[in-house]
Amino acid sequence: MPTVSVKRDLLFEALGQKYTDEEFDELCFEFGLELDEITSEKDIISREQGDEKAEGASDVVLYKIDVPANRYDLLCLEGLVRGLQVFKEKLEAPRYKRVSPADGGEPQRLVITDETASVRPHAVAAVLHDVTFTQERYESFIELQEKLHQNICRKRTLVAIGTHDLDTISGPFTYTAKPPGDIRFKPLNQSKEYTATELMSLYKTDGHLRHYLHIIENEPLYPIIYDSNGIVLSMPPIINGDHRKISLNTKNIFIECTATDLTKAKTTLDMVVTMFSEYCEEPFTVEEAEVVYPDGRLCVYPELAYRTETLSGDFINKRVGINESAESIAQLLTRMCLRSEVSGEGDLIQVEIPPTRADVIHACDIMEDAAIAYGFNNIVRSTPRTYTVANQLPLNKLTELLRQDLAAAGFTEALTFALCSEEDIADKLRKNIAETRAVHISNPKTAEFQVARTCLLPGLLKTLAANRKMPLPLKLFEISDVVLKDETKDVGARNNRRLCAVYYNKSPGFEVIHGLLDRVMQLLDVKPDRNQGYHIQAAEDSTFFPGRCAEIFSCGKSIGHLGVLHPDVISRFELTMPCSAIDIDIEPFL
Amino acid sequence: MADTGLLESLLRLLEKVDGGTDSQDVAADLGVDHQVIVGAVKSLQALGEVISTEQKSSKHWELTGEGREIAEQGSHEARVFNAIPDEGLPQNELMKMPSGKVGFSKAMSNKWIRLDKAHEGGPRVFKTVETIEDTVRDKLQLVQKGQSAKLEDKEKNELKKRKLLSEVTVKSYWITKGSSFSTTITKQETELTPEMIASGSWKEKNFKPYNFEAMGVAPDCGHLHPLMKVRTQFRQIFLEMGFTEMPTNNFIESSFWNFDSLFQPQQHPARDQHDTFFISDPALAHEFPQDYMERVKKVHSEGGYGSQGYKYDWKIEEAQKNLLRTHTTAVSARMLYKLAQQKFTPVKYFSIDRVFRNETLDATHLAEFHQIEGVVADYGLTLGNLMGVLHQFFTKLGITKLRFKPAYNPYTEPSMEVFSYHEGLKKWVEVGNSGVFRPEMLLPMGLPEGVSVIAWGLSLERPTMIKYGINNIRELVGHKVNLQMVYDSPIFQKPPKNKTEEASN
Repeated sequence: MPTVSVKRDLLFEALGQKYTDEEFDELCFEFGLELDEITSEKDIISREQGDEKAEGASDVVLYKIDVPANRYDLLCLEGLVRGLQVFKEKLEAPRYKRVSPADGGEPQRLVITDETASVRPHAVAAVLHDVTFTQERYESFIELQEKLHQNICRKRTLVAIGTHDLDTISGPFTYTAKPPGDIRFKPLNQSKEYTATELMSLYKTDGHLRHYLHIIENEPLYPIIYDSNGIVLSMPPIINGDHRKISLNTKNIFIECTATDLTKAKTTLDMVVTMFSEYCEEPFTVEEAEVVYPDGRLCVYPELAYRTETLSGDFINKRVGINESAESIAQLLTRMCLRSEVSGEGDLIQVEIPPTRADVIHACDIMEDAAIAYGFNNIVRSTPRTYTVANQLPLNKLTELLRQDLAAAGFTEALTFALCSEEDIADKLRKNIAETRAVHISNPKTAEFQVARTCLLPGLLKTLAANRKMPLPLKLFEISDVVLKDETKDVGARNNRRLCAVYYNKSPGFEVIHGLLDRVMQLLDVKPDRNQGYHIQAAEDSTFFPGRCAEIFSCGKSIGHLGVLHPDVISRFELTMPCSAIDIDIEPFL
Repeated sequence: MADTGLLESLLRLLEKVDGGTDSQDVAADLGVDHQVIVGAVKSLQALGEVISTEQKSSKHWELTGEGREIAEQGSHEARVFNAIPDEGLPQNELMKMPSGKVGFSKAMSNKWIRLDKAHEGGPRVFKTVETIEDTVRDKLQLVQKGQSAKLEDKEKNELKKRKLLSEVTVKSYWITKGSSFSTTITKQETELTPEMIASGSWKEKNFKPYNFEAMGVAPDCGHLHPLMKVRTQFRQIFLEMGFTEMPTNNFIESSFWNFDSLFQPQQHPARDQHDTFFISDPALAHEFPQDYMERVKKVHSEGGYGSQGYKYDWKIEEAQKNLLRTHTTAVSARMLYKLAQQKFTPVKYFSIDRVFRNETLDATHLAEFHQIEGVVADYGLTLGNLMGVLHQFFTKLGITKLRFKPAYNPYTEPSMEVFSYHEGLKKWVEVGNSGVFRPEMLLPMGLPEGVSVIAWGLSLERPTMIKYGINNIRELVGHKVNLQMVYDSPIFQKPPKNKTEEASN
């Protein structure tokens, strides 16, 4: 969930009202936000770097507000205030308008060349005309781009935003791609020119930019935008040129978004311009820009598309569980920036979805907004009349019953991880990993998560090792799932429910573990009988001490092993005493 | 028990004195060690009211081993002085004496002797005074005679520093006659025996009283794991509410069922390597319901069923990627798809099982945890119904104060976070997540248009950690568990009223 940090006093000034922390927290809760933290720059620095560093830092109160991941329109102070003001009916949602250049001139133009196709094929653009920045507005503008980059832009992989002082460059602009060695320019906040190749190694150590290098690093061609004089605007998605950078004094801003996902690029551009067109000479108007595709197609951006959905008051009432008139529902929706009107036809409501609400893609999204405006906690809670009969999963029922009786038999239940290292299920048990039928994880952060376990024994032995100080004997069991490769399944693997128990003491206690097998079989109503019941028979298994291992058969089918563990297994799990173990598949007993 | 003879001697002694006697005096009178008398007193105490006692402690000074030696043979310095003849003694010879080193320096500092370093034949020691007074010995002899009171504290501490004296505390008893005093001992029985029952001799016997303050002997038994005990209770609650258990015994899932079928777009951050464990072997799933998959593809890339869709290039390669399921909702999706393939009947489903996240680990987060999930599918279910079901569910856990916050989740709309009021913290805390499944998830499965599916989920670990007061999840789940905690953990009943909100959070 993205967190937006805003200055409290600035927020209250914009809202035209002062709140106590509790009141504001309450408002957030109702609207679906969360006032996560109340802090200050000074607090943050002193927490992260110590009190000395915080000396002299600002102690202006900051609100850190958690915003739902799909509400890109709330990622800056401007959007938050607009959303809350409309919600409180203190403001009517603005209408965003795309306009032709004010001076009657040609719109700015961005020409995309063929070369971009392989690396980053899409681009959109727009112009904010005659903007008035203040320090706070400027900072918010930069911060919004960063928030969008982290969220909808998926860390710049899908979309990268570039903003430029239009008065220092001249169109038409060219969006192309070139070999990194052929690109040379002075990047933002650097004092000299670099080739793209040099930049990539320069930014390897940059705490912020190094996270984006992988996006184009291995591409033969890097995306690059030039103005008509060959000045570099940006090398997306990494860095802008220094020449074009915007400042507090910038009046006219050229905004471009390059992307691998066109829908996301359009949404991102809409967000930037709808949020900051507020500060244009004519508020909420955005100057259009043309984008020419390699095939000659010409598109005009930003789209700023309004869409109308028609739905019935009855639909909303039935889905939410309320009973409101169409008029009052239209009013609720309008408070969520979805300007709505009763159409006059029955209880139909016309809902206008603005470009800021890209999250509204279905009637159910509109229904939710009606419910939020109504107040989730004002909805009457009622019990559905759904009649059903409950059933337990037979495998889980069997497991529950056996667990109780194993504990009654003196064994204590362990709960161990389903993921472990290859070593745990192979080397340490004196087995070959290739023979384990183990499922392997491709991206483990540590060796603890290399494979899904193929048996429960390693987990129990590790539990013993962690509890060596406890009085002997230690008697543990676990009934849980292991995972085995199985080609007959759609995903190529299946779970297998197993029962494993260990006895750890000064003497091996094979008879104790054998007795437990007899007890389990008694509980499962399987008699000792070579053909119709169960029996054990000497077997060789590398995990067990030679001559001290038997295979367990039930109705002629092998279901597991029991025996005294091999001394090497004992020492590899950092244990010192003899140990006997049983491991059986319980699925045949369903 | 001390021997009866000694006990009776003690009692006879006590009979003769008025007002009682000290156990130390008894030891002196009977000529036995004080510790033996202490044992005898304890034996008599166990017999009931024969004697009554009062514990006393007294301090006195005693000579150490070295102190006793000095009291007998004189101080080291005196012994050195006395060893030196009038013609003096070579220093090296003097040093060979047992008291040589200590005595030499003390005698020097007392100016009793002098050292002639330049003497022919090596350094030689001479007396400087005719006679000396060995005050150290005198003082120690006073203490030995029990007259330590004659010494000043400063002097005693000085000798203590020299390890010649030590102060000892003696615990003794002041013994007086008890309410059932007698000079003869009747032996008390410890336990009832089969022979006593058979012979009836128990009627004449005196039985030793039990100590009801002591703990009993721990029963010899196994124990269920606390997390599993809580799991059993949650399972019970669902069964009581008529929910059927889903088959969640499939940790390996395809991205298709884990994400795509839930209308979670392929660029969603949860599908990132940083958040999800992907499988390298077997890397891909190979069987999907073809028609259904086409419908899923369409709703993602183009929309449909009243939806705009996400308008991106949906790829089967992404959907095929195997992973460790990140939520049991993947199983709910499979179950709802299965339900849609037959004539619709309302269902209530639940599951409690493991899910996996490739997340940063800390004291409350592990790479695997248990998710509790409930799902209801029926015609015409409302958001109010979801709240009603949640209210019933949490009431069974003893949580009655609930409120709901709008939230976002890719596959539910509306989505609500469930908060309960925490009486201890005096604030609202999140206890679960809930929502109504999106039509873009349900309609491609083939469920009828009017059917709504409401669902909620929470973790099993969090309420369990609160219940058992565990701060580090590793002490609860996994092999680093403290078995003593498992042995000692109580059962999970519905929490008592005043603790309810606390236990659930």
